Amino acid sequence: MQVHKYDVVIVGAGGAGMRAAIESGQRARTAVLTKLYPTRSHTGAAQGGMCAALANVEEDNWEWHTFDTIKGGDYLVDQDAAEVMAKEAIDAVLDLEKMGLPFNRTPEGRIDQRRFGGHTRDHGKAPVRRACYAADRTGHMILQTLYQNCVKHNVEFYNEYYVLDLLLVEEDAVREDGTPYKQKRVAGVVSYDLASGELHVFQAKSVVFASGGAGKVFKTTSNAHTLTGDGMGIAFRRGIPLEDMEFFQFHPTGLAGLGILLTEGARGEGAILRNSEGERFMERYAPTIKDLAPRDIVARAMANEVREGRGCGPNKDYVLLDLTHLEPAHIEAKLPDITEFARTYLGVEPFTEPVPVFPTAHYAMGGIPTNIATEVLQDNDTVVPGLFAAGEVACVSVHGSNRLGTNSLLDINVFGKRAGVAAAEYSKTADFVELPEDPEAFTRSMLTGLLDGTGTERVAQIRKELQDTMDANMQVFRTRESLERVLNDLADFEARYRNVAVQDKGKRFNLDLLEAVELGFLLDMAKVMTVGALHREESRGGHYREDFPDRDDVKFMKHSMAYKDNSVTAASSAESVAGIRLETKPVIFTRYEPMERKY
Amino acid sequence: MTAEMAEPASKIELPAGVGGGGEIPTFNITLRVRRYNPEISEEAVWQDHQLTMYGTDRVLDALHKVKWEIDGTLSFRRSCAHGVCGSDAMRINGRNRLACKTLLKDLDTSKPITVEPIKGLPVEKDLIVDMEPFFQSFREVMPFLINKGHEPTKERLQSVEDRERFDDTTKCILCAACTSSCPVFWTDGQYFGPAAIVNAHRFIFDSRDDAGDMRLEILNDKEGVWRCRTTFNCSEACPRGIQVTQAIAEVKQAILARKI
Repeated sequence: MQVHKYDVVIVGAGGAGMRAAIESGQRARTAVLTKLYPTRSHTGAAQGGMCAALANVEEDNWEWHTFDTIKGGDYLVDQDAAEVMAKEAIDAVLDLEKMGLPFNRTPEGRIDQRRFGGHTRDHGKAPVRRACYAADRTGHMILQTLYQNCVKHNVEFYNEYYVLDLLLVEEDAVREDGTPYKQKRVAGVVSYDLASGELHVFQAKSVVFASGGAGKVFKTTSNAHTLTGDGMGIAFRRGIPLEDMEFFQFHPTGLAGLGILLTEGARGEGAILRNSEGERFMERYAPTIKDLAPRDIVARAMANEVREGRGCGPNKDYVLLDLTHLEPAHIEAKLPDITEFARTYLGVEPFTEPVPVFPTAHYAMGGIPTNIATEVLQDNDTVVPGLFAAGEVACVSVHGSNRLGTNSLLDINVFGKRAGVAAAEYSKTADFVELPEDPEAFTRSMLTGLLDGTGTERVAQIRKELQDTMDANMQVFRTRESLERVLNDLADFEARYRNVAVQDKGKRFNLDLLEAVELGFLLDMAKVMTVGALHREESRGGHYREDFPDRDDVKFMKHSMAYKDNSVTAASSAESVAGIRLETKPVIFTRYEPMERKY
Repeated sequence: MTAEMAEPASKIELPAGVGGGGEIPTFNITLRVRRYNPEISEEAVWQDHQLTMYGTDRVLDALHKVKWEIDGTLSFRRSCAHGVCGSDAMRINGRNRLACKTLLKDLDTSKPITVEPIKGLPVEKDLIVDMEPFFQSFREVMPFLINKGHEPTKERLQSVEDRERFDDTTKCILCAACTSSCPVFWTDGQYFGPAAIVNAHRFIFDSRDDAGDMRLEILNDKEGVWRCRTTFNCSEACPRGIQVTQAIAEVKQAILARKI
């Protein structure tokens, strides 16, 4: 058994992981474990910008940003967390600039800012220019800048090490009110070295999960092939709950049929959406801020236009993003990458032709629950000492039921930094937790089970069917019937997954084996998302139930918490789904009363 | 500063046939992949697959079709699948490209499409190479902002023109398509290679950076910019359209200018 010892182990080398590593690496002995090379993470695909109330080009303040974030999340946002994020946004941007990030500049040489969906002046009066940006490759520049600074600070990376298990131990403990409970503590992680096929145990005082999202449960997605919910899945299997997983964001402007992202910054720069009648339909759905309404509203409006027969193209199944009224020089300067995507992948010239677009699965609002100090929660209140999470894998919750554009790049920087500092500080006061006996046992048996299996089912076929049913039934519009269809399908997929065949039996770069492991995470995540969606009989933010079209604050102004619980069977109650126990967690309010959400 | 634009019309007449020309028919290809797995044999072999593909499919889709439907042992790196993560640089029909950005319909499908690993880096398995020597060169040029001045409370100022000066080289995704297309790099693995020079350029020409001289000294090394023979392979290979050869030439000029 190969055992490594570090004060801090960070899982994932995207924006959140590397932002954490820059802090932690300067304070404690730190290793970053990543299933890809550091600059391959999907942070690099983010385009439009990172909001902060710098007020460089017009009046703005962080309180307005807080309000927009809370309203954008349809009031399911924990308001203390939103305040932290909006307030620390300003330093987060300035930190990046000082690290070298080449932001676009104003004529005065300050960081330039542009408009973005849902970001407004004075509580919704008009769009505000709040998004700091580097052309339409802001995420790329953040990822490169963070990696450059990791190089500068000699951060230790283990590239292509897939973390497959989280080592937790449980101790008997007693709450203040005298009730006994099991306190979880983190001992480390188990990882698989892709190059050699060997398992490595990393014992650590602090573990930071920063492993990103799970967009590959859907077929049409802006997400990378590698976003398979590994971090969420590992934590869930080890008894950590997952919060608000029913809320998944569909980004309005994916290239039709492909899902490749075209930034909301395009609409921030003046592009508009049109239907087959040439109509700027967002005027009907969001009269004040129109095409710059938050993503859930725009995505639903687009899907509704298509459903009512006003879609474009031979199958009338998309709408159009129109940039043709903008100056080509302006587009070229501000949006060079996305115009190239349209040309390369669809053969459309955006200067002269509108671009076919349709909503694409983009971002998990939910994830591993944490408090504002990024400490992971094992239930509504109890922190797991030494375990931290930040970025898309986590749920703080700053995004509530719908994330505003740019707030993910902000999230990874603000909470990535907090996680790095907190993990390092914790490691200074803590001792190593003793590793459980045979720490690799769980992972080894999972891998040998897959390698030795004599089944006939193909990983790719099950994954395709999973993605098809999720697109058909768990997308922008949902009903009880559609969700039950997904759960029925999932029962079938789970049975077939036990009979899956891995063709590559070798040790070197066995990506065939890893895809099988990843499918296991995808199936788990799809189930948690769907169960949450089935139980939430209301419509809020990114979760829209056609059979319950209104927000219901009396019954559902609360976070959902899904626990893996094998004692729950389908027969436990009318609502039960085998293996998952659903509980709720209160939303934290500070100063904003829920209002009707109109734009 | 952006001028405020006039509000676009609520409704316009769309030209007929707007939004693409409809379905592109399916077509057949032969995908010829260089296979190598030292667990089985020290010898690399070509393997052919006949595949039916669709209009918007890319080389990556063809590779996935083989891996997912025919032979799970075929190994290659990929992640974002739209040309921004830099995982899937490979040699396609003898030219370095990203598999996710190369549409099959743009290739000559009457002949086999050859796919092999990028050259000059040790092959690990099939299309996977050891990227460590590449990243080592990157790290050696000090690819991070070094500023010796007093740190301002707010952002450092930079004019629009100064920001524009190094814009092209900020686009690099470290895919290694340029470096592994360079004939000098093929014969001399010690050469820094175009990508490292591009990333040095990104800082040398950044008005906020104070370590340009140090980087120029590093690149004035015998394995530095002077090894470049200006064959332009790198500029042709860059999937981000960076004028790599020009960036190298600018670094050469900067070294000469400082010597005078």
